[in-house]
Amino acid sequence: MFENPAILKTIFGRLTLESLPLHEPIVMGTFAAVAVGGIALLAAITYFKLWTWLWKEWLTSVDHKKVGIMYMILGTVMLLRGFSDAIMMRAQQAMAFGANEGFLPAHHYDQVFTAHGVIMIFFVAMPFVTGIMNYVIPLQIGARDVSFPFLNNMSFWMTASGAVIVMMSLFIGEFARTGWLAMPPLSGIAYSPDVGVDYYIWALQIAGVGTLLSGVNLIATIVKMRAPGMSMMKMPIFCWTALCTNVLIVAAFPVLTAVLALLSLDRYIGTAIFTNELGGNPMMYVNLIWIWGHPEVYILILPLFGVFSEVTSTFSGKRLFGYTSMVYATVVITILAYLVWLHHFFTMGSGASVNSFFGITTMVISIPTGAKIFNWLFTMYRGRIRFELPMMWTVAFMITFTIGGMTGVLLAVPPADFVLHNSLFLVAHFHNVIIGGVLFGTFAAINYWFPKAFGFRLNEWWGKLSFWMWVPGFYVAFMPLYVLGLMGVTRRLRHFDDPSLQIWFVIAAIGAAMIAVGIAAFLIQIFVSVRNRETLRDTTGDPWNGRTLEWATSSPPPAYNFAFTPIVHDGDAYADMKVRGYDRPMTGFRAIHMPKNTGTGVILAGFATALGFGMIWYIWWLAAASMLGLIATSIIHTFNYKRDYHIPVEEVERTEAARTALLNQNKVTTA
Amino acid sequence: MSATHTAPPAGAEDATKLAFYQIDEHDHPEGGSTMLGFWIYLMSDCLIFACLFAIYGVLGANYAGGPAPKDLFELPLVAINTSMLLLSSITYGFAMLAMEKQQIRATQLWLAITGLFGATFIGIELYEFATLIHEGATPQRSAFLSAFFTLVGTHGLHVTFGLIWLVTLMVQVGKHGLIQANKRRLMCLSMFWHFLDVIWIGVFTFVYLLGMLR
Repeated sequence: MFENPAILKTIFGRLTLESLPLHEPIVMGTFAAVAVGGIALLAAITYFKLWTWLWKEWLTSVDHKKVGIMYMILGTVMLLRGFSDAIMMRAQQAMAFGANEGFLPAHHYDQVFTAHGVIMIFFVAMPFVTGIMNYVIPLQIGARDVSFPFLNNMSFWMTASGAVIVMMSLFIGEFARTGWLAMPPLSGIAYSPDVGVDYYIWALQIAGVGTLLSGVNLIATIVKMRAPGMSMMKMPIFCWTALCTNVLIVAAFPVLTAVLALLSLDRYIGTAIFTNELGGNPMMYVNLIWIWGHPEVYILILPLFGVFSEVTSTFSGKRLFGYTSMVYATVVITILAYLVWLHHFFTMGSGASVNSFFGITTMVISIPTGAKIFNWLFTMYRGRIRFELPMMWTVAFMITFTIGGMTGVLLAVPPADFVLHNSLFLVAHFHNVIIGGVLFGTFAAINYWFPKAFGFRLNEWWGKLSFWMWVPGFYVAFMPLYVLGLMGVTRRLRHFDDPSLQIWFVIAAIGAAMIAVGIAAFLIQIFVSVRNRETLRDTTGDPWNGRTLEWATSSPPPAYNFAFTPIVHDGDAYADMKVRGYDRPMTGFRAIHMPKNTGTGVILAGFATALGFGMIWYIWWLAAASMLGLIATSIIHTFNYKRDYHIPVEEVERTEAARTALLNQNKVTTA
Repeated sequence: MSATHTAPPAGAEDATKLAFYQIDEHDHPEGGSTMLGFWIYLMSDCLIFACLFAIYGVLGANYAGGPAPKDLFELPLVAINTSMLLLSSITYGFAMLAMEKQQIRATQLWLAITGLFGATFIGIELYEFATLIHEGATPQRSAFLSAFFTLVGTHGLHVTFGLIWLVTLMVQVGKHGLIQANKRRLMCLSMFWHFLDVIWIGVFTFVYLLGMLR
């Protein structure tokens, strides 16, 4: 009966044994490594009987702190995958000259550069940014959780589901070979008939739902849940940048959802929206995806601008210079983010007037950004600067990002762009701002808030090694690409004929190797810090002499963040409290009202993954069943009205007494 | 304002009087942000429709030698359909008035009437789609028809989900009465329902009426 292909087709769609990459040694090797690693991890969890703990304390948690940490773990894991792609590309380009074809066949290489871009943006940078916002915002505004805690958990799992779908493409079938934005007609069914683009679409659609809902959630949190006394202009600057980022998310991600849905319709039912035939218009796709795509880069960088502001102010021991101008600069960038999308395709041929408009708006963005750089410099000016790790990353950012900004302004000149469009100069430019801005910022944030999240600092030696490998490594890896781009080398090439170019690619590969050491040092830094956590312990809750409210509570903070909601009198609320000599209340605790954990988010994301898989492989019964499962689970969830509980007053008293003891012990040792 | 914190700002109240913590704090009522959050979500949904309108605006005249709006649209049918949706918005309003008066039965009755109007709307729309497809005006025929089916279909899909939600809420109101949580949910669906009405007015105007003029 199973020899009947019709039945097999009904059950498995277009999934066959041929879909498994059994003949590709690189992929099979990776698969073996991942499988062994995964089995070892699952076995360890089972052996140490951690499943219940993991499920109850983490996977189903609606605590914004735990959700934030899970985002950071997701980002770190996916960074390893995205970086493997990067190093494969660097190796391929360094060797594939003349007779040497390199080690990656074309159809594999094309998947590698697509996956690298998609993973780094959607599953590394976005989880990092969302994770930092999730962890820090409620603490900074003196709240106990976000506005919609369940939604927050679900958003995380939707993002994770997207990541799972991308990872599946590595071992079952293949990923898109289109470049990270999957432009039609190349991504249409005629030129990409296999599953690659469908993996791309469903991974992004599902992760996009998570991102959008988390954006809604964090806006509501910032607008509605600030501590008494914290007016908008007394909010920590990180919250301002986060607010603007989430506004951008809500205003940009629906466009991505729509454009991917339309591409799906073209691919699945044969509509003629982005086709070359029957009146379709592929340039509509290019326009729409960049109307999402350009705000997206500001979604990534703005929160890190906030991080740099907090770090600069804290480690200079001063109030941030030009707080108000910083807020306005952020808002102006938010608005301008929508007026520049066309600079990604000046070569479309919209004519001189349109190109000039978008060229000028693009250049104008450098004004508020420049104002920010000056604000940071003036904050440092005459400050008592402590060059701890977060501050080191911040200084590296200021130098690197300024260079990236300048090459950005060069690209904003339409005539120059006609020469540099899709060249390695562009590749160097956006890595310059994304690595120099988002990645450096993430490392600053991790080193800055890690003691808050886990109660101990990160090891400095390994952190410095990571820094000194990452930062020069970045320059070694990407400065050659500027040179190559100016010489006219275009992006996404697998093989070169001109041997004079090879030296630059070899230098870039050395840079990538240095970054690899930097990533390894970062992982070792975490490992070593966990092992030496007793010596690195932060008992004060305020290891850096911080200025905002997250430092007013213990490290790590209790589930309820603050036993009593703080009252804010000044922009740097906690610095103000310390100067005026606040008293931590020791009595009068009350039971605290908190949201209950729920497994619904995990279940919904499970159905979403199955739905995506079914749609990708044309397994219609699976897709339909998962869709029904999604709807049914959502409805059943709404029948649960008891979503909260009280942390009993005894537990609050116990937790706070332990903190008091720790603080007193601290006073004795310092005295 | 001094750049560093050396002393409290001049004129500040005596530090001992200043409270830094809310000592007398009560539970915050659940759902304080729901209306704002849902409204933000609606605006994001509105952007999806904005994209579909833009697509229709750009592709709406690309008939590819196939039928044009004048050959296809039956305005009387669409007018009836529009009135179904508009009436459903009025009856939803009556449901909200009944809800304010804590009348469970009346609320449910008006919700049921709203649902019937909504279902009729969907029924007529499906009939229209079926007729078009039968005439050979399929979504695959031309970019104009692709854009038309996508825009109108997405709206219809929203109304369908609204109907599922409406039935769910009727059950929940029956089960728990007009408690605060249910009222909040009814308010959210209310916003959703009226929002779809507004979108439909855009569809009716830009797709159907202006289409007939083209």
